[in-house]
Amino acid sequence: MSFIVRRLIFYLVTAWVALTINFFIPRLMPGNAVQSILAKFPNLQPSAYHAIEAMLGVGHPGSLWHQYVTYVADILHFNFGTSVAEYPAQVSTLLAETLPWTITLVGTATVIAFLIGTALGIVAGWRHGGSLDRVLPGLMFLQAIPYFFFALILLELFALKVHVFPTGQGYGEGLIPGWHWDFIGSAIYHSLLPALTIVLTSIAGWMLQMRNVMITTIGEDYVVAAQAKGLPDRRVIFTYAARNALLPQLQGFGLAVGFVVSGALIMEIVFSYPGIGLLLLNAVTSNDYPLMQGIFLVITFAVLIANLIVDLIIVFVDPRARVREATR
Amino acid sequence: MTVGPAISAGPTAVIQEAPEPGRWRRMPIKAKVGAILLGFFVLVAIIGPEVTPYDPSYQNPSPAASMNGPSAAHLLGTTQSGQDVLSQLLVGIRLTLELAIIVGVVATALAVIVGVAAAFLGGFWDELLSLITNVFLVIPALPLLIVLLGYPTLRGQAPTIIVLSVLGWPWGARVIRAQTLAIRNRDFVAASQETGERTWRIIGFDIIPNEVSLIAASFVNTVLYAIGASVALAFIGLADLNSWSLGTMLYWAESQQALQLGAWWWFVPPGLAVALIGTALVLLNTGIDELGNPRLRDATSASRIAGHWLPPANPTPVLAEVSQHRGRVATFLNSFSRSSLLDEAGAGES
Repeated sequence: MSFIVRRLIFYLVTAWVALTINFFIPRLMPGNAVQSILAKFPNLQPSAYHAIEAMLGVGHPGSLWHQYVTYVADILHFNFGTSVAEYPAQVSTLLAETLPWTITLVGTATVIAFLIGTALGIVAGWRHGGSLDRVLPGLMFLQAIPYFFFALILLELFALKVHVFPTGQGYGEGLIPGWHWDFIGSAIYHSLLPALTIVLTSIAGWMLQMRNVMITTIGEDYVVAAQAKGLPDRRVIFTYAARNALLPQLQGFGLAVGFVVSGALIMEIVFSYPGIGLLLLNAVTSNDYPLMQGIFLVITFAVLIANLIVDLIIVFVDPRARVREATR
Repeated sequence: MTVGPAISAGPTAVIQEAPEPGRWRRMPIKAKVGAILLGFFVLVAIIGPEVTPYDPSYQNPSPAASMNGPSAAHLLGTTQSGQDVLSQLLVGIRLTLELAIIVGVVATALAVIVGVAAAFLGGFWDELLSLITNVFLVIPALPLLIVLLGYPTLRGQAPTIIVLSVLGWPWGARVIRAQTLAIRNRDFVAASQETGERTWRIIGFDIIPNEVSLIAASFVNTVLYAIGASVALAFIGLADLNSWSLGTMLYWAESQQALQLGAWWWFVPPGLAVALIGTALVLLNTGIDELGNPRLRDATSASRIAGHWLPPANPTPVLAEVSQHRGRVATFLNSFSRSSLLDEAGAGES
């Protein structure tokens, strides 16, 4: 089995575990969506309970196994149920509206932070003890600030005090979303401050890890040998040291990306950014369980796909993964 | 040592590696700053709630007491409803640190149990435990936490601690498993086995003491995760909003528009406290890292080998040993994890 095939199987197992957790949570928890609808409309008769249950598809007829099979079939058809808060909107519709915003913003910002952080880490590792090392504690402080708190401070400084950036939302008022420059320009403008928040708070983590691995890698014999041969620094740094130091950085991506996405979700709330995070807040405040669960699944799948992309990059960067591909 | 009990995990790691006197002086500067900073907050958490100038929940009905800036009567000003911010902060630091430390202890204990069990049981159980560990490493924790805490019965200190602990162990378990596998094959463990020591004694007296610095790092990481997650959850209202933690303070400040109204004294202190505690923990962890990997310290210091985990670019003695026993480590299910796949692939080269 090749590297990629094995990883694919692992992601399928993980997706299945997430699905199954999602299936059991509402069945093990007290309180449910139907009660929250009944509470919302006090003039409904209690006899409406079963009708609402059927409407939302949260009634659990049949055996547990039967429910489970139906549930998995529904998910495979992207049917995540009906939202309680925005009834009668389908959860999948709401997700489709918000997901592109989040993926564009968080994806771009994460890639930028990763690239800058890794580059800074390479330099800091190479010039160990140099000036970049001295700003490390400052960066650690930035990293330790909760995303949303940092977002609020930036919002206060750059949108309310000094009117450089808009105060929130995904695009200017009165614009109709579509592929025209007015809208795209406005959307980019509105995403700058949220993106800056993600980049500034996550850069330190990437940089610190890259720096540490870089320092250990530079001590390796093959790097010393490359230097002894008189190769130019640039070649030693990038072709010999950084390329090898990059692997743990990529391997840690799975854990990190889940972390960054989680932080970004909360941050979106601060900017009233029309992404998944804001949707999640609405779901939480209105006890919209189907929506919360749909969001959990979609985020998990997105993280798994991001990991798969990293695996493809690893095959590209790491000869060992390719050797496996060739020999088996 | 005058630092609080919470960081005793850090210094014990030092004790193990440098038993001679003067070890405080030998600690990396980052670890010292981190320990002192964290010690300060632990002290505040212990003493703070006993010396609060006001009841943090007391709402002063007089409109004149609303949204006052810092003054002699209220060192950190008052909230919209005339509550004393300093009192809330003192109580909040305790609640947040208490939660984080309990989660750290429970999740680290789980990590040690799972990691050591996987390494010692071997075979099917190792495969299963490793697979579960890898799966929960990839599933993003915060959305799952939100789904769970979305049920009001789970809000509050104790349920939050349980949920955070249950989701907080995989990273530590994975690292500890790798280290246990390595130590298990050392001569002194074999000697214990030959003399007929029971397994639990070998684990308790031969294995665990050699993993103290690793367990300490795992603990610090978990505490960091618990603080971040609990504050974020409280900020979106998924906590007992009648209690005062740093997260609920931020929730109330945000929902009553403290920042927009210019009440920085209400909003900045809890956020700054979270950031400083976080910085202390990151510094402490970097310090532990530097203890284990002397190369990370300044280039002139003598290299001392310590059995400390590092990403596999440069196998430390531990990982080098793991790779020697690859046949045992890369069991079927675990072989789906990214790093073990790469280790396995590299087998032919070394």
